[in-house]
Amino acid sequence: MAEKVELNEIEVWDGNYAVSQALRQAQIDVVAAYPITPSTPIVENYGSYVANGLVDGEFVMVESEHAAMSACVGAAAAGGRVATATSSQGFMLMIEVLYQASGMRVPLVLTVVNRAVASPLNVQGDHGDMYAGRDSGWVQIDAFNAQEAYDLTLCAFKIGEDMRVRLPVMVHQDGFLTSHTAQNVRPLQDEEAYKFVGDYKPYEEMLDFTKAVTYGAQTEENWHFEHKAKQHKALFDSAKVIDEVFAEFKKLTGREYKRVESYMMEDAEVAIVALGSSVETVRYAAEQLREEGIKAGVVAPRCFRPFPFDEIKEALANVKSVAVLDRSAPMGAMGALFNEVSSALYTLENRPFVTNYIYGLGGRDFSIEQAKTILKEQKANADADDITTNIQQFIGVRGPKLGFFETKRS
Amino acid sequence: MAITSIKNLKEFSTVNERFEGAHLLCPGCAHSMIVRELMNATDDNLVIATNTGCLEVSTAVYPYTSWDTSWIHIGFENAASAISGAEAMYKARKRKGTLKDPDAPVKFVAFGGDGSTYDIGFQWLSGAIERGHDFTYICLDNENYANTGGQRSSSTPIGAHTSTAQAGRVSYGKKQKKKDMIAIMAAHGAPYVAQLAPNKWKIMAKGFQKALETEGPCFINTVSACTTEWKFNPKDTIHLTDLATDTLMFPVYEIINGTELNILYRPKNVLPVEEYLAAQGRYKHLFKPENKHVIEKIQKEIDAKWEYLQRREEARV
Repeated sequence: MAEKVELNEIEVWDGNYAVSQALRQAQIDVVAAYPITPSTPIVENYGSYVANGLVDGEFVMVESEHAAMSACVGAAAAGGRVATATSSQGFMLMIEVLYQASGMRVPLVLTVVNRAVASPLNVQGDHGDMYAGRDSGWVQIDAFNAQEAYDLTLCAFKIGEDMRVRLPVMVHQDGFLTSHTAQNVRPLQDEEAYKFVGDYKPYEEMLDFTKAVTYGAQTEENWHFEHKAKQHKALFDSAKVIDEVFAEFKKLTGREYKRVESYMMEDAEVAIVALGSSVETVRYAAEQLREEGIKAGVVAPRCFRPFPFDEIKEALANVKSVAVLDRSAPMGAMGALFNEVSSALYTLENRPFVTNYIYGLGGRDFSIEQAKTILKEQKANADADDITTNIQQFIGVRGPKLGFFETKRS
Repeated sequence: MAITSIKNLKEFSTVNERFEGAHLLCPGCAHSMIVRELMNATDDNLVIATNTGCLEVSTAVYPYTSWDTSWIHIGFENAASAISGAEAMYKARKRKGTLKDPDAPVKFVAFGGDGSTYDIGFQWLSGAIERGHDFTYICLDNENYANTGGQRSSSTPIGAHTSTAQAGRVSYGKKQKKKDMIAIMAAHGAPYVAQLAPNKWKIMAKGFQKALETEGPCFINTVSACTTEWKFNPKDTIHLTDLATDTLMFPVYEIINGTELNILYRPKNVLPVEEYLAAQGRYKHLFKPENKHVIEKIQKEIDAKWEYLQRREEARV
């Protein structure tokens, strides 16, 4: 039995350290991983727990991220708790197996420390990798700071392993901005954390020899569609379980999580929709603008998948203009979050103007001033009853102003 | 592990019915013979991972499965990683006491064709062998990408015609030599590495048992004659494999701990390689006068390899 660790009521942890502590407390059976910046410390910290007898499980250091996810799938099918971590290129290398994991309905947790995707090579945080996972069939939950990274990693096991879900879960945090920034984190004690996560319940496991199981069968046009439809429904249905797990977590810690986090939206006239560590920047900017008399608010999808279509619509039903921020190169299209938020708002009777801002690529700093500019532009749209800027703009990039499309509602 | 009878082939072939006869492999395909033999070689429970390939697509087409055992397929290249994960999970759960039956004996096995073993899954296999998981990897070597219609692999021998290394007016087929996976796996320090053939079924059964009993990662390359792509009559699979082992195109041998080499089958009459080549459509073009030099080259390399194996066996290195 692994040795317990006494934690302080408040610890000073960065996002990586917070995740590794959550992984330790969840008493994982198999961690199979391959290190990559900026998520490397998660694997290193876990390695130190292994070396010092703080975990009982197996630690398999494989030769690539593709192998890491493959070993995780094999381990999960063998009926135990499984987790790994990655970023960026490692995530891209895993992608084939991400689809295979969700298609086989094996629960496992992948902590993704978001980082830009090459080329050019870049180790800093943006959401290129997170977006590349959006059709992979995983639950994707986004943490905006170290505390949330810790909390949501514990929640992730409980969500994915629930018999009504049985799907793999990603917990995202921003590279360096969250992963390497030390903050105050209030952890649970080991026993409390494990009790919350609960024992793993094996299901259709390869190590129960009373019943043969076949994982990873082939289906063609006769059955593939039905399998994918069921998987899609299971992902949408996981929303209910996510809500339940968040409610249970609140009972335990007082910390409340929602699939869509709304901030100062009760009377908001303009709003920003954002993901990741920028949410905190934008909230601060909105507070400041309220002092200037602009009724600004912030909506942040905590849950990127399943996409909270109704909750986004509800959160933004009464605003006049909304800016959707995408921290990923959209490459010949509107930003992905913009597209999804716009589609959720389309059936509103009085739908707001929706604009798209591409920002922070490759870890480019995103300032409070920029967030305020974006909100002020929304205010201008609201006042003019028209979109006064390009629909899509790049903010914080060098060179002449870069924007696309001027289609107006009229 | 209870050793099952290996004296009588008929009896042996039905000891453990864990691989269902109803599957979609071609008539005459040696894959199913090899798989059945592996599964009959042990009474232990099996956890099997299989790479994408002929074996996989022919045995697990929903809603059917040919596998009356624990079986997983993830992708083309990663059965070695999948079995690594399953084996690690077994160790973890055994230690923690969460296995349903902790005393149930179990063996971990991975199957791959030469496409997934020699080429696309090479790194995954190398990593799993290096990490020392307790499993046996069996390559069903039919020397081409048969599942996708017969393209070259790095296991395809020189001179063979494949759809991506064709014989034509200015080409005699594949120009490169077959990769020596046995040497590569032995160089990893794997405790047991062997090349076996289903026509020598007793030797094969013993080799499988040895691998399954050996703690640590074992690698076995098996000759799997491919009636469809090698182009011979499906009824002749074993005859063709006899020619493969008797011409020494496929020498049958083992290497223990990377150093101790033992030849497991010594043909009484070594046949000229022409007899093996002539029995298959994929080598038909080599019998044109302008390609005679290729046959000579193949024979020379077979002779040199055989001499090398014998020297190593004698020197115990």
